[in-house]
Parts: sequence; C-alpha cells; structure tokens
Amino acid sequence: MPKITFIEHNGTEHQVDADVGLSVMRAAIDNLVPGIDADCGGECSCATCHVYVDPAWMDKVGKPEDREESMLDLNPEREENSRLSCQIPVTDELDGLKVTVPEFQM
Amino acid sequence: MSEAAEIDPRILDFEPDPYKLPLEKVDPAQPGLFFQGAEGPYFERLRKEDPVHLTPDNEEFGRYWSVTRYEDIKYVDMHHEIFSSEGGITIADQDEDFTLPMFIAMDPPKHDEQRKVVAPVAGPRNLAALEPTIRESVIEILDGLPIGETFNWVDRVSIELTTRMLAILFDFPWEERRKLTRWSDVATAGPESGIIESEDQRRAELLECLEYFSELWKERASRKEVGHDLVSMMAHSASTKDMLSRPMEYLGNLVLLIVGGNDTTRNSLSAGVLALNQNPDQYDKLRQNPDLIPNMVSEIIRWQTPLAHMRRVALQDTVLGGKQIKKGEKVVMWYLSGNRDPDAFDDPDAFVIDRPNARKHMSFGFGIHRCMGNRVGEMQLRIAWEEILKRFEKVEVVGEPVRNISAFVHGFTELPVRLIAK
Repeated sequence: MPKITFIEHNGTEHQVDADVGLSVMRAAIDNLVPGIDADCGGECSCATCHVYVDPAWMDKVGKPEDREESMLDLNPEREENSRLSCQIPVTDELDGLKVTVPEFQM
Repeated sequence: MSEAAEIDPRILDFEPDPYKLPLEKVDPAQPGLFFQGAEGPYFERLRKEDPVHLTPDNEEFGRYWSVTRYEDIKYVDMHHEIFSSEGGITIADQDEDFTLPMFIAMDPPKHDEQRKVVAPVAGPRNLAALEPTIRESVIEILDGLPIGETFNWVDRVSIELTTRMLAILFDFPWEERRKLTRWSDVATAGPESGIIESEDQRRAELLECLEYFSELWKERASRKEVGHDLVSMMAHSASTKDMLSRPMEYLGNLVLLIVGGNDTTRNSLSAGVLALNQNPDQYDKLRQNPDLIPNMVSEIIRWQTPLAHMRRVALQDTVLGGKQIKKGEKVVMWYLSGNRDPDAFDDPDAFVIDRPNARKHMSFGFGIHRCMGNRVGEMQLRIAWEEILKRFEKVEVVGEPVRNISAFVHGFTELPVRLIAK
C-alpha cells in the first residue's frame, strides 16, 4: 500500500497507508488525520479538504481540473501547490507523497 | 406579542396538513407556513412523493420548481453552468426598478472576481485575530443580562452579538451599529413581514444605507494606510475600486455582506437555545461534556437552516429527478428540506448534539457560492456557547417563540427566556 504523510499546521506528521483507487482525502479521514473536514463527502463542492502538496510531488500529483480550480479559487489562502485532496486518487506512483494541511479549512 | 398582533390574517390561510391537498397544490413557498413553524410536513410529503415539484402559480412568487432531496439540491448547487444565480438568489424576483447586483447573484467570472476581494475578511488569517474580539463581545453581552427575569433572547443576545461582529468587520461607527440590523431586516423583508409598509419604504431605507456607506467609502479611500475592514478592502482593490460609480452594485454587495453576516448567525444563536430546551437530554449531555460544542454548532446550523432556500434559474432545458425543467424557469433549492432528508441524516428531525455527520449539513450551500463567512459564523456560535455554559445553569425558554414571516429567512423575532445562574 502506498504511504502518504500528512503534516499538520503545527508540524505534527501522520504517515498513513492509503488504498489505491480511493482519494487522498479518504486516506486522511479513514486514519483520523486532523484538519481535513471534507464536509461534502468528496465531491469537489465544499473545498474543506484543502492541502498543500509538497512541491517535489506536484508533477506526479498534477494540476487541478476546472471544477476543482473554481473551488480552490474561492480560498484566499490558496497557493500554487494547493489541491483538494478528494480530487487526488491514490496510485502506486504516489507512494511517499507528502502534503501539508492548512490551519483552517474554509 | 407585538408583531403577532399586527400580522395580516391572510398569511395564515393555508392548509396545515399537506396530505389533505392534491399533490399539485402542495406549495411550500408560503411565508405563513414558516411563521407557524408548520413547513415540516410539506417538505416531508414532497421528498417522498414528488422530490422535484412544480408549483405553476404561487400567488406571490409565480411559477417555480421545488427541489427537496439532499442529493438533488447538491447537484443543482454544484452545476452553476446549468443553474444560474444571475439576477437573484431568493424565490422573490428582484424589484425591476431597484435591482441590486451582488456577487452571490452573479455567475463566473464576475462572481469570482468580486468575491475574492472580500473573502479574506472571513479567511484563516483574520479568523485567528477575530477570536479574542468575539469573545470580548460575548462576555460583555452575557455579563449584562439579568438573572431570573424574562427577556427577549433574540434582541439582547442574538442580534446584539451578530451586529457587533458586523460593525467590527465594516469598522462601522459603533454607537450607530443597530442601523446595520435595521438594514438587514429591511433588505430581506417581504410585503407580509410587518417590517416595512411598502416597497417605497424599502427603497428609501436602503438608499439611506447607500448614502451612509458612500461616506464611509470616501473616508476609507482617502486614508493612506489601507484598513482591514470590508469597505477599505473594496475601496482599494483593483476589481472593485470603481464600484462607487456603480452605486447599486455597491449597495447590492453591502446588503449581501450585511444579511450574510446577520440573519444567519443570529437565528442559529436563537435556535440553539430553543433546541436545547426542547431536548433536555441534549442539554444535559452538553453540560456534562462541553467538548461537544463544535459538533453541536454544526447540528444547530443543520437543525435550524437559517436560510431556508436559495434559488437558481435554468440556463438551458434540463432534466432533474426525471422532471423536464425548461430554460428560464426558477429552481428553488430548499436547504431546509435537504437538511431533514432521511437519506442523508438518520432520524433527521431529531436534534442530536453529537450527531456524527452533522457537518454534512447543506446550510452553507455547496459549490462556488458556498457561504464565505461560514467559519466566522461557527466561531461566534462556539464562543457564545462556551461562555454561556460557564455562566448559566440554564437558558430557559419561558414562552412561545415568534418566527419570521418569511420563506427565506428562517428564524425568530422573539424568544422569551429566563436565566438560571450556576
């Protein structure tokens, strides 16, 4: 199983085993990683599963599609490496992925 | 009570049992229904028997579709390219001679540009700074309340707290802050609400609001140092800095921010008191475990749904729930019904402060128009309940609540309570 590391705003790290095919958001929720709300349940419609992807992983993770882009764009704290974690499917290629969780979800 | 005594009896002219009506006559957009707190069975029947439902001829609002199930509402909310917000987001059509453009009632790209300007005020950076200010206000308000005497919680606490919050966000002259409350009420009042006498009166009062805020704009625009308040943000940002030359658009966005920051949290703050009184077991649970406050806040917002609906207009012919919706037709998403959908929430009418999926509620909407101030609202409610629990054994409801006469603002004008000290 690919391993994903979530880094909380205060620096606390959580390394979890993620299921291939499910989303990065799901890996966080199933492993009780704090700071991911996912209010809409993973449909790219609330933007409360926002993460900052480690820049070294951006190529592999890829850019957001239009719908995600329009949701991310609502957040005054979005950065170049912002993604909604419900829109990142876990693959074997993402083994070792690191993402940072923001202090507040919007 | 005062308002109840003056209401137009015609608003109460509805059938309280929707199951006695032919299905096609089930029309939930009746302000009197909400005033009586009798809307529940209407939506229950629609969810079960006709979840996407046409009312061809509502007396006040004309032809509209009701969307009543959680998943269908979410679908409409997420598909802004089919269901437009342009021109208005409540079931009532805008007054054609007094149109107020505001970003909640715009589609991309203009929506996105204007929302971005003001969003930081409710953003993470500001939130942390706001917390002590909110707590200070809450403490001052609660410590000024009488113990053992009956008073109106809505006025003394709910309105006062949310009005202070708005005054802070606008950096509004403090002693005149109740003007904000009045303008909020006037902006959303329907003809039957008792708040205004006529459309002329509404226009006149909103123009006063515009005039007042235009002075604030000029003063903020002339300051060398840009303030962190909403007016300064708009006056100094590239995509909004010429808005004063489009006064109705300025007024529209002011109304949006005032209503958005006012009615919503106000009514959730009152609803929490009522819900805990109706469910003493939940009040006990809360006293025993104040750590449940954050989840309870979400549950209050679900249970109350302070804005009952949002409306869209179909930009094209489309099919929803098997129904053919035509281009140009009004589609009303009844958030209040989605929040009581048994397919989304177990035992949906129950108020359960530790409900595991309370955060899934749809009161903030989904998609690009999702509530911008949701975290500020939640923070106010959380802090209010933290401080209430520290001070009072119980906020006891001692009389009947009086509800708004509105199919949009879902809340209370009066909630008589008595405080029992710890």
